[in-house]
Amino acid sequence: MNWHAVKAIYRFEMARTFRTLGQSIAAPVMTTSLYFVVFGSAIGSRIESVGGVPYGAFIVPGLIMLSVLTESISNGSFGIYMPKWAGTIYELLSAPVSTPEILMGYVGAAATKSVMIGLIILATSTFFVPLQVLHPGWMLCFLLLTSFTFSLFGFMLGIWADSWEKLNIVPMLVVTPLTFLGGSFYSIDMLPPVWRTVTLFNPVVYLISGFRWSFHGTGDVSLATSLAFILGFLALCLALTSLMIRRGWRLRH
Amino acid sequence: MDTILSIQSLGKTYASGHQALKSVSLDIRRGEIFALLGPNGAGKTTLIGITCGLVNPTAGRVLADGHDVVRDYRKARATIGLVPQELTTDAFETVWATVNLSRGLFGCGRDEAHLERVLKSLSLWEKRDAKIMTLSGGMKRRVLIAKALSHNPRILFLDEPSAGVDVELRRDMWEVVRRLRDDGVTIILTTHYIEEAEEMADRIGIINHGELVLVEDKASLIHKLGKRQLTLHLGAPLEAVPASLADLGLMLGAGGLSLVYGYDNAGGRERIAGLLRAVNEAGLDFRDLETSQSSLEEIFVSLVRTPR
Repeated sequence: MNWHAVKAIYRFEMARTFRTLGQSIAAPVMTTSLYFVVFGSAIGSRIESVGGVPYGAFIVPGLIMLSVLTESISNGSFGIYMPKWAGTIYELLSAPVSTPEILMGYVGAAATKSVMIGLIILATSTFFVPLQVLHPGWMLCFLLLTSFTFSLFGFMLGIWADSWEKLNIVPMLVVTPLTFLGGSFYSIDMLPPVWRTVTLFNPVVYLISGFRWSFHGTGDVSLATSLAFILGFLALCLALTSLMIRRGWRLRH
Repeated sequence: MDTILSIQSLGKTYASGHQALKSVSLDIRRGEIFALLGPNGAGKTTLIGITCGLVNPTAGRVLADGHDVVRDYRKARATIGLVPQELTTDAFETVWATVNLSRGLFGCGRDEAHLERVLKSLSLWEKRDAKIMTLSGGMKRRVLIAKALSHNPRILFLDEPSAGVDVELRRDMWEVVRRLRDDGVTIILTTHYIEEAEEMADRIGIINHGELVLVEDKASLIHKLGKRQLTLHLGAPLEAVPASLADLGLMLGAGGLSLVYGYDNAGGRERIAGLLRAVNEAGLDFRDLETSQSSLEEIFVSLVRTPR
């Protein structure tokens, strides 16, 4: 195992985060704070509660998940696309590093940033709404699993993309709508039966539901279903990413 | 012969159908400077790419210090350093951060003393905290060399090291390369600058259309293939070569003011004494004479232009 390479990639990627601290952390925190102001205070004050949970507190897990998903994809894709775009990828490809080492370095750093952002947003939310986390262990577990899984998904996007437009198109046109429609701001029980069934095909529902369960003890689907989904998606992303790197797809000629 | 890099029947056909390499075999000797010459699209960069892991081969294999670059890639790659042709750097990083990354990628722990030596040898030490984007093109080229040397490679590939570099820096770079060779590093360079190969290489390989045209010691290549020319400068112009000299292979130079005799290293030299006697006997007044030898560049051009 080339641990020196894993550490070098991880440190290098994290150094970029700290160099661009405002962009990396302040921006998502600011955006989420605005959501709290608009949905939590302005609109939320007119909605009494959802499933016995005050609306302001109800949307916290969804808002954290919204940021964690988009940041994980963005960090994961940027980490590998940047060297591809700049041409410095030659060094990674010519180095004695294996696929797991590459993933541990890049995806580990991308997921770390996302977890940091998730926790910062969680801390920020306490300024706006009274909050309690019923199952902190499960909350951390979902946060870590989601961050790693979607950083891996982002990594795949970064390998696939051959332009900045392509890099942004999937998060913008697919992931953000799915997140908004995945129950960030509402319980899917509030939807008409037909739309409820349609929503169950949205994978983000399972992530938000599990994460919300860890906060409030209730979710749209069972904990086991949420966990099985995220683990299944993690396994799929891991298998596909490993295959892409081993074959050198869009990396080696 | 101690071979450090063995390229065996290497072939590469890209997805487009373009055959970039056609069963190339080549052995590089430990400690030598080997120059690979060839026109654009000849296959030089593909050859380097396969050896360094950037390109997947479609046939053959490469052994770096005895390790297969595909099957035993960890050990093989650890012996190799690559300085790419393009100035591809992490623009927003400092010199120090980027060389540390390179060292780590190649499986080496932090060694500040070694990196300090490398940066000092390349006159980069004062710039260690500078962001790469603030450096000149020549300095960026040095950063790429520093990155390639950060893990003490035994084989160093320099792909067009002097591209876009001014004359002074080019000479500095040659000095660096010679020092590396003195330290036991085997150097394989591709270049368009024949002067560079002529100045530095121990052996020359010429590649064209994906095939290795020849591999020779530089001196023996020039000796074998070099054309020589004897020019006799005359005091008065001639209208034609005198009849008594017609069988000696002399040509009339520009303005009739010189006689030119062409020969090569393989033969013709022994006729020079007789030729000079015959010119004297013909009563020609020649004021000066000079000999010249074709350069590596002329040899290269003649080889790659030969129809295949």
